[in-house]
Amino acid sequence: MRALRLALRSLGREWRSGELGVLLLALTIAVAALTGVGFLVGRIGEAVELQASEVLAADIRLGSPQPISQVYLDEAERRGLRTARSTALLSVVFHGDESQLTNIRAVTEGYPLRGTLRIADEPFGEGRPAQGIPGPGEVWPDSKLLASVGGSVGSELSIGSATFRVTRVLISRPDQGGTFADLAPSLIMNAADLPATQLIQPGSRVSYAALFAGDRDVIDDFKLWLVAHKQRGERLRDIRETSPQINNAIERAGRFLSLASLVAVLLCSIAVAMSARRYVQRHLDAVALMKTLGATRAFTLSVSLLQLLAIAVLAAIAGSAVGFVAQEWLVHTIRGLLAVELPPASLAPIGIGFVTAIAVLAGFAVPPLLQLARVPTIRVLRRDVGPPPPLVLLAFGPAVAAVVFLIYWVVRDWLLFAGFTLGLAGFVLLLTLAGALLVRIASGLRGSVGVAWRYGVANLSRRRAESLVQIVAFGIGLMVLLLLGVVREDLDADWRASLPEDAPNYFFVNIPPAERDEFVSFLEERGARLSRVLPMIRGRMTHINGRPIDSLVFRDEDGDRFAGREQNLTWAAELGDDNRVVAGRWWTKEDFGKPLVSLATEYRDSLGVDVGDRLTFDVAGETFEVTIAGIRDIKWDSFQPNFFVVFAPGVLEGTAGTYMTSAYFRPSEGRVLAELARRFPSVSIFDIEDLLSQVRTVIDRASIAVQSVFIFTLFAGLTVLLAAVQASRDERRFESAMLRTLGASRRTVLQGVLAEFTALGLLSGMLAALGATIAGYFVATRVLELRYGFDVGVWIAGLLGGALLVATSGWIATRSVVRQPPILTLRGG
Amino acid sequence: MSREVVLKAENLTKQVSSPEGPLTIVRDVSLDIAAGDSVAIVGASGAGKSTLLALLAGLDLPTSGRVWIAGTDLTRLDEDGRARLRAQRVGFVFQSFHLIPALTALENVMLPLELAGRTDARRAALAALDRVGLSARTGHYPRQLSGGEQQRVALARAFVTQPAVLFADEPTGNLDTVTGERICQLLFELNAGSHTTLVLVTHDRELASRCRRVLHMEAGRLVHELPVRTRVSSGS
Repeated sequence: MRALRLALRSLGREWRSGELGVLLLALTIAVAALTGVGFLVGRIGEAVELQASEVLAADIRLGSPQPISQVYLDEAERRGLRTARSTALLSVVFHGDESQLTNIRAVTEGYPLRGTLRIADEPFGEGRPAQGIPGPGEVWPDSKLLASVGGSVGSELSIGSATFRVTRVLISRPDQGGTFADLAPSLIMNAADLPATQLIQPGSRVSYAALFAGDRDVIDDFKLWLVAHKQRGERLRDIRETSPQINNAIERAGRFLSLASLVAVLLCSIAVAMSARRYVQRHLDAVALMKTLGATRAFTLSVSLLQLLAIAVLAAIAGSAVGFVAQEWLVHTIRGLLAVELPPASLAPIGIGFVTAIAVLAGFAVPPLLQLARVPTIRVLRRDVGPPPPLVLLAFGPAVAAVVFLIYWVVRDWLLFAGFTLGLAGFVLLLTLAGALLVRIASGLRGSVGVAWRYGVANLSRRRAESLVQIVAFGIGLMVLLLLGVVREDLDADWRASLPEDAPNYFFVNIPPAERDEFVSFLEERGARLSRVLPMIRGRMTHINGRPIDSLVFRDEDGDRFAGREQNLTWAAELGDDNRVVAGRWWTKEDFGKPLVSLATEYRDSLGVDVGDRLTFDVAGETFEVTIAGIRDIKWDSFQPNFFVVFAPGVLEGTAGTYMTSAYFRPSEGRVLAELARRFPSVSIFDIEDLLSQVRTVIDRASIAVQSVFIFTLFAGLTVLLAAVQASRDERRFESAMLRTLGASRRTVLQGVLAEFTALGLLSGMLAALGATIAGYFVATRVLELRYGFDVGVWIAGLLGGALLVATSGWIATRSVVRQPPILTLRGG
Repeated sequence: MSREVVLKAENLTKQVSSPEGPLTIVRDVSLDIAAGDSVAIVGASGAGKSTLLALLAGLDLPTSGRVWIAGTDLTRLDEDGRARLRAQRVGFVFQSFHLIPALTALENVMLPLELAGRTDARRAALAALDRVGLSARTGHYPRQLSGGEQQRVALARAFVTQPAVLFADEPTGNLDTVTGERICQLLFELNAGSHTTLVLVTHDRELASRCRRVLHMEAGRLVHELPVRTRVSSGS
């Protein structure tokens, strides 16, 4: 109780007399950086997830070839979730004499639960969000359907036994998805009208879906319930199983953000360690005195620990507040760039703030505090007596433990953790050795420079250990900033490369072989950029290594799906540049005609097959037994036609199939598409512009998050600088007073300070550029799986930025030291 | 004059290691100091005065020999035990004042009382500051006080616990002559008023001469005790 009273009282006093300011500031910025990142990343992550949910039109979706029991929907509604049904089937739609096979989707009120239906008043018109669903008696056909049957808004369409009025044109719906199963023209109608059409008869191929959306916790619980209760044949999809393009973007963004916030954690820890060291240095006398006056070691330790705890609490509160305000401000400034409002921030990052403050203090401030309590009382008589040297384990153990804890806590991935930690340890070692070498070289040069530089450089080598700590700290601070720049550039470049502005935005499926050449020339004449044209044959897998599919058990649901359903097969002579062979090989001309097949990695992983295994396919009654020659890793976000299963040429040519391709059309070329739909009525047009813009939005959001993390990291880096400069402030104050007493002008002292910090900055910058180059290579190629490009700019930015940043910060922080009249300092004022 | 011995040292020796080998700073010192006495330890720089003071006050441990304060053998206590003994029995005044910069004058004086668990710390500290003439500056921080004022706060802090023994290390060393003289006077007045035993280390012959006993140190040994100055008006 006495310790608490004293701790709190002196805490207040020390804060007013500036003692604890730096420590609190460092920790506050640390917490602000982390919570700010946490708030923002949380919000953007949630927005990204919501965005992904839109692709399902729900948070989770239960699909089945059989009608779905109302029990599920009742249970979901009982839990407060929103629900809707969607029923899809293929049927012919008539407009007068014209007809078209159409994917008909009958939906209930509330659909879509996530995302929006976009509609227009004319085919291929600009879409706007729809309010609700078609009313009874109304249908919303898509542009392709209207173009092929020659209808327009106001026309009457016959579906089965009923007739409907076209009231809008469907431009897009969120769940049009990335599969080609429903590539026929589509139409949306009210589920209440479905019975009147009499389309659903015994044996009809109908896909039923129940959609669910609501609070995440409730959804997670409900999903567990659903998994336990769903019937065989009912397939559950959640947002993690949406199209591979979006998954890729989320995964990359998540990894990068983790990495960036990790950097902020690291910088803050350095700043706190430096501040704590200074705090201890400044309290050695007071603690020695308290012990002289009768305080026990436990008492002095309690006072310090309680003060630290109070600082942690203050920093967590203040830091969280600053972090919150900072991200609010950031969100406000980027609001115009976001297509959708971000969801409100959750309070979870405040907890992160507290844990961080405690962990960082425990790791970096408690060990020196333990030392503080060991200061001998004799120090009151002999100021040169300090605490006995600490046990190495005690000095560095908690710091290492805190770093390990924080890193793992942030990345939650052992591989990334191991890579980062090893890299970090190696880098710190390298930096320390290189720093020592540079300080030695610099001190050798001091005979050849003027008095100010001599004083500055002499300071570097005289305070060798301190200089080394500062160079390593600055170096790491600069390195992570540079590294973030390097990686961000690579990431940006890679994203831009993988999603160029003119990425294919339309898929064309069901191109009859007889019309293939004509179709290609039609598109080329109209300036569309075509990707490859591949055959597409429907087939079903029947055996693996001679064993019937039905007798096999697969690793996951995807395995059942791949094995059990009819799927699209192709053959190709050339390996696309968006495909990479990861096992086995691609074929040569000599292999053409041999029963060989190449599989996608997803297919191999789900079915548990590998190179050399034999697969049997049934294609329109004909059996093909083929051997797996190779496995390909497919870059799905190229938006080129790609197939899980590719045969060698000369095997499937005799079977009946069609062709598919993708192409880029400028958004204004709707008229061409309408013409194409008339000219090639059997070709299905699949508009992926919408999906592409969804992916782009996700990437844009991730980029904004990265930018903001970058800003927080920059602040964290500056705090390290401030803490480092603060750490040597007392010493500098005394030296400056001594020099000025000896006749040095203020200008000379200032030049010396500038020289020292510039040299420090240059050395740090040199090390940082080296580190960023090496680490950037590993992060880009190993962690983010991107191409790495060497960048001279990193070295220029490192050296110039280091010198400028350190010299400016050093000058600002030491200005008052130099300005203080020497007599005040020498009197100990 | 047979008074109770409040401070006793027996064969005190302090050795430290140095680059040239072991160095003996205090060599085989024995002494008895009676309650209420005032003793100055004088000698050249490096003679071992401050080390002896540290050993007598339990701030440091001797390599060999023993020290008793008010009958308690310091060398048998651990660090916390010695701290508790100091809280109850010992006061200090230092050359560089050693006030805690984060605490006000009043809080600095309250500190030893609080450490000793006294509940009337504030009242006693205010009274002590009043005795040293600083009742108007109780809310000031050390850096807002002159050297003389800081040392007066230190005196108030030293006497506020009414210690059995007060150790002073060059109490006027950092002060100008006039201020030093005032502090010196105050120190002896307070000492006389509280019947505290005073042990001080000083270069200042004038200050030393005010003490009842003057012990001379040379190369770590107590070489001789200068004659007692009868003119010392300690009232003891």
